[in-house]
Amino acid sequence: MKIAFTHHQTAHCENGVISNLLKHKGYEISEPMVFGIGSGLFFVYLPFLKVNYAPVFSYRPMPGLIFKRFAKRVGIKVKSHKFKNPTAAEKVLEQELGKNNPVGLQVGVFNLSYFPDEYRFHFNAHNMVVYGKENDRFLISDPVMEQTTSLSRKELEKVRFAKGAFAPKGHMYYPVSYPEQLELEEAIKKGIKQTCRDMLAPVPIVGVKAMRWVAKKIRTWPKKKGTKVANHYLGQLVRMQEEIGTGGGGFRFIYAAFLQEAAPILNRPALLDLSKEMTTIGDAWRDFAVDASRIYKERSPKTDGYNAIADQLVDLSLREEAFFKALKKAIA
Amino acid sequence: MKKNEVPQDESNLASANFRELCYAVDEDGTYTTENSTGWDPKTIALNNAIQEINLRIADARKRVELNLTSPIEYYMEKQKMDLPILASYMGLWKWRVKRHFKPKIFAKLSPKLRQKYADVFDISVAQLNDINH
Repeated sequence: MKIAFTHHQTAHCENGVISNLLKHKGYEISEPMVFGIGSGLFFVYLPFLKVNYAPVFSYRPMPGLIFKRFAKRVGIKVKSHKFKNPTAAEKVLEQELGKNNPVGLQVGVFNLSYFPDEYRFHFNAHNMVVYGKENDRFLISDPVMEQTTSLSRKELEKVRFAKGAFAPKGHMYYPVSYPEQLELEEAIKKGIKQTCRDMLAPVPIVGVKAMRWVAKKIRTWPKKKGTKVANHYLGQLVRMQEEIGTGGGGFRFIYAAFLQEAAPILNRPALLDLSKEMTTIGDAWRDFAVDASRIYKERSPKTDGYNAIADQLVDLSLREEAFFKALKKAIA
Repeated sequence: MKKNEVPQDESNLASANFRELCYAVDEDGTYTTENSTGWDPKTIALNNAIQEINLRIADARKRVELNLTSPIEYYMEKQKMDLPILASYMGLWKWRVKRHFKPKIFAKLSPKLRQKYADVFDISVAQLNDINH
């Protein structure tokens, strides 16, 4: 069986699955729209949680949250299943495919055979659509890939039952009910408000304050941790910024695209200027990544390098603070 | 980022024959998308991470040869895992897995647990017992 499903490549997997599933049902909804309404822009620093032997930095919210918020805000109901037993998971998946219903799956990246080796880490919050089964292989539309692909039953079972942090447990989801027309206006406002609230949160581990905390830490890394560890941490900070498809701006460009699309819908031209500003902030994030990579490329960099990077990060946090304050006003 | 500034550097993406999608503005400032073959700062960060893992694998191998740790730690590194991930795959407490790193404890490990480790690492029991197998 093969469902007539159109694959659209997107920058980020979670937005991609949502917008592709909705497009399949006839709703024209872009990736940036999903990202903005689902409040995908974020920054969090978890110094006490170590992944890959480095503290956790994330430029986006917890996996699944973008979808959850988006669905709630536009009035879509989503059914979601988790499984203990892989055989049951496969059976329910096949049942849905049999009903001509393409479904979203949460999977681990490590065993995704079609990914480049270097990208295969134990990261369990990747998303894809399954849209059929042919010759005992499941047909896969992975939104970050240019083309559709397929996985054997064994391979699909492995990625659906990957273990570790955010273990997917066979997580499968699909929209079940839709409003006649997606009410975007209110949803956009809610999405923007939440992002402003997150980024301006009065806690040290979230938003612009977290960026400043990281900046402070960067200055101490070379002395406290030694060059090797400092570089490893810095590399992690850039790698998280640079997930597939972020173009170096750590999701800032997608957010800018969202504001541009939202401006005529809300009839607020101010959002166009804010979109431009967000683009230049994204460019500054790119510069940050370039300069950071220069440091860890060298074997024995100078400490001023780390200070310069930290200064850049502080500057970014100040710009984003001003930005989100202005954005909050613009939709009030 | 302008559309013509979307980086087209050589990267590991080529090995899987795909390009990623990026958002960028065209000449009128309207957002559009463009494919990218890769970007050096990211490739460097990724390569550094891989290099670090390779160092960890080499170090674990040395320690297995010196009988300071068991093959389990070596294969864990080889699979890009850390202790919490391996423990999660094994369905064991972290402290138990860590205990299996001790060569003396590993020597007494039950065939059942050996098989489970081998399955998790996708290798044979013979390979688990001897990293040079």
